[in-house]
Amino acid sequence: MIRRVLPHGMGRGLLTRRPGTRRGGFSLDWDGKVSEIKKKIKSILPGRSCDLLQDTSHLPPEHSDVVIVGGGVLGLSVAYWLKKLESRRGAIRVLVVERDHTYSQASTGLSVGGICQQFSLPENIQLSLFSASFLRNINEYLAVVDAPPLDLRFNPSGYLLLASEKDAAAMESNVKVQRWEGAKVSLMSPDQLRNKFPWINTEGVALASYGMEDEGWFDPWCLLQGLRRKVQSLGVLFCQGEVTRFVSSSQRMLTTDDKAVVLKRIHEVHVKMDRSLEYQPVECAIVINAAGAWSAQIAALAGVGEGPPGTLQGTKLPVEPRKRYVYVWHCPQGPGLETPLVADTSGAYFRREGLGSNYLGGRSPTEQEEPDPANLEVDHDFFQDKVWPHLALRVPAFETLKVQSAWAGYYDYNTFDQNGVVGPHPLVVNMYFATGFSGHGLQQAPGIGRAVAEMVLKGRFQTIDLSPFLFTRFYLGEKIQENNII
Amino acid sequence: MAAPWASLRLVAPMWNGRIRGIHRLGAAVAPEGSQKKKRTILQFLTNYFYDVEALRDYLLQGEMYKVHEKNRFRDKEWIRPDKYGHFSQEFWNFCEVPVEAVDAGDCDINYEGLDNLLRLKELQSLSLQRCSHVDDWCLSRLYPLADSLQELSLAGCPRISERGLACLHHLQNLRRLDISDLPAVSNPGLTQILVEEMLPNCEVVGVDWAEGLKSGPEEQPRDTASPVPA
Repeated sequence: MIRRVLPHGMGRGLLTRRPGTRRGGFSLDWDGKVSEIKKKIKSILPGRSCDLLQDTSHLPPEHSDVVIVGGGVLGLSVAYWLKKLESRRGAIRVLVVERDHTYSQASTGLSVGGICQQFSLPENIQLSLFSASFLRNINEYLAVVDAPPLDLRFNPSGYLLLASEKDAAAMESNVKVQRWEGAKVSLMSPDQLRNKFPWINTEGVALASYGMEDEGWFDPWCLLQGLRRKVQSLGVLFCQGEVTRFVSSSQRMLTTDDKAVVLKRIHEVHVKMDRSLEYQPVECAIVINAAGAWSAQIAALAGVGEGPPGTLQGTKLPVEPRKRYVYVWHCPQGPGLETPLVADTSGAYFRREGLGSNYLGGRSPTEQEEPDPANLEVDHDFFQDKVWPHLALRVPAFETLKVQSAWAGYYDYNTFDQNGVVGPHPLVVNMYFATGFSGHGLQQAPGIGRAVAEMVLKGRFQTIDLSPFLFTRFYLGEKIQENNII
Repeated sequence: MAAPWASLRLVAPMWNGRIRGIHRLGAAVAPEGSQKKKRTILQFLTNYFYDVEALRDYLLQGEMYKVHEKNRFRDKEWIRPDKYGHFSQEFWNFCEVPVEAVDAGDCDINYEGLDNLLRLKELQSLSLQRCSHVDDWCLSRLYPLADSLQELSLAGCPRISERGLACLHHLQNLRRLDISDLPAVSNPGLTQILVEEMLPNCEVVGVDWAEGLKSGPEEQPRDTASPVPA
């Protein structure tokens, strides 16, 4: 049927003998030509972008059901679970917009890669347990035909949190909550600690909690690439561009108490291409804000926080980028293969890296010492003055260490209560948040992705109830403080 | 003909002229002398009549079977499945007996399956050789066996790497650890050294510490006339 549509010139082409052809055989790329023509005809038909006059293959599609702003581990996790939980195959068209495909500043790639269940909030513990079972069975979840299995390089060595006298009671109650939720955590006295880890100096330590199972660290790049590969095989489209504008419509509605409320709905997302002024308006139904450290800018574009302060309209998204340093050092007499990720009473932490006596670690600065998040330059004096003394005090072998390298990355820090924001915004009704996790986004990404996908598809949380993490708590002032932030 | 008598030490069947008392196991009540006399009469009959011989052999087989049934687990090292892969039902009678050693080599045991092994609080020896689904996550589950486990073999498991071996330091009573032939371990020699440091009381077997070391520059062929160096 298609062959009759062939232009007349083709017929002559068939008969001319080309060099290298066998006598009587067709050496033209018959199937290639037919598929090209089919494509051209399909693009003329309605429902597709017309590529005949200008090539728009580098632009994102004109229509998409869900647009995910941010292609880090959280954005990809949401895309994965949307595709896993959709009711029919191919039911939802998802587009992931990522500004930088090299992920040079993304928190995921620069992360230390730890996973632990030692939190004070039950929701955080459940998220972490879910993520641990996801990572354990990652080759069943993220299997792609003909692709090699993923090697997460998971070190199941656990986390060791040390508490001073004043924090010991809080640690004990936290461990009770963790055990109730199913995490395997053991409490150790200073004597037991010295017995188990002879290289620790237990001065100032009153209690220690040690995670026995499902805790450790892994390679975040592998998780990111695995998610990306799987999500592409499920049909999610990727686009390298920056979101510059949301086109939305407002509707004035009355609440049950007859108060006027303006509800916004985003209709179009303008995606600007890299290094050019060209942009593509993508019509969408739902927008997911998974932009990490830059989520506040995206939220501001959508009109979150435009209003008198103290009202729901005026509540901004309190997520800002905070720079954190990670240093790598070599210490030949340092702790052995069994070293867990040790988090000191002062906030300094370190873990082993590989077989060759290398360690990496750092410390969260206090509010006054916060470095300028404008760039990712490393401050080596910070290590000298603020990190090394605490490390050397806790592990005497670290007095003779040698720093090999260092890097810096951003925390998408929630200044309100250092816990994530998940779920829809009450006024911009089709924008969902999955951001603000202040340093534990990577370890909770599978769980959060599932929660957001359930919220989008079913309207409520099913597996893990994350209602304490909704946006409205910023307006209502309900802090859910997480005490164990490293 | 005399051999079957020697093996039946546990059984002293009562031999009448009829064969009634044969089914009684245990020590013979009849005095030694009459037994001997009875034996020689039967021996005489057996030597002369094929039928008597055949009958006696048949009854003997029955007795032997019963004796072996009773003593099946005695003096035996391992409880194994039979040729059909089934374990005998008698095993259930030994519920209270603590299990000391489990050989799960070449099994498909996985992370969830280890639940069953971890309840054996007196397990002393565990062999997970060539288990294709045992990986680093599974090794992190072994810490409940720390009080009793003395011997562990992980030889030939394709998914175990040095990261999983790091969590064996909970098993402080371990005396023998076999980590030979682990293809996923990146540097076997160095791993052996680090594991030996981690478990000072344990004999770590399987990897030669020199594996992975590059050989030095080839020595010059020595002149035969020169003295042998010290």
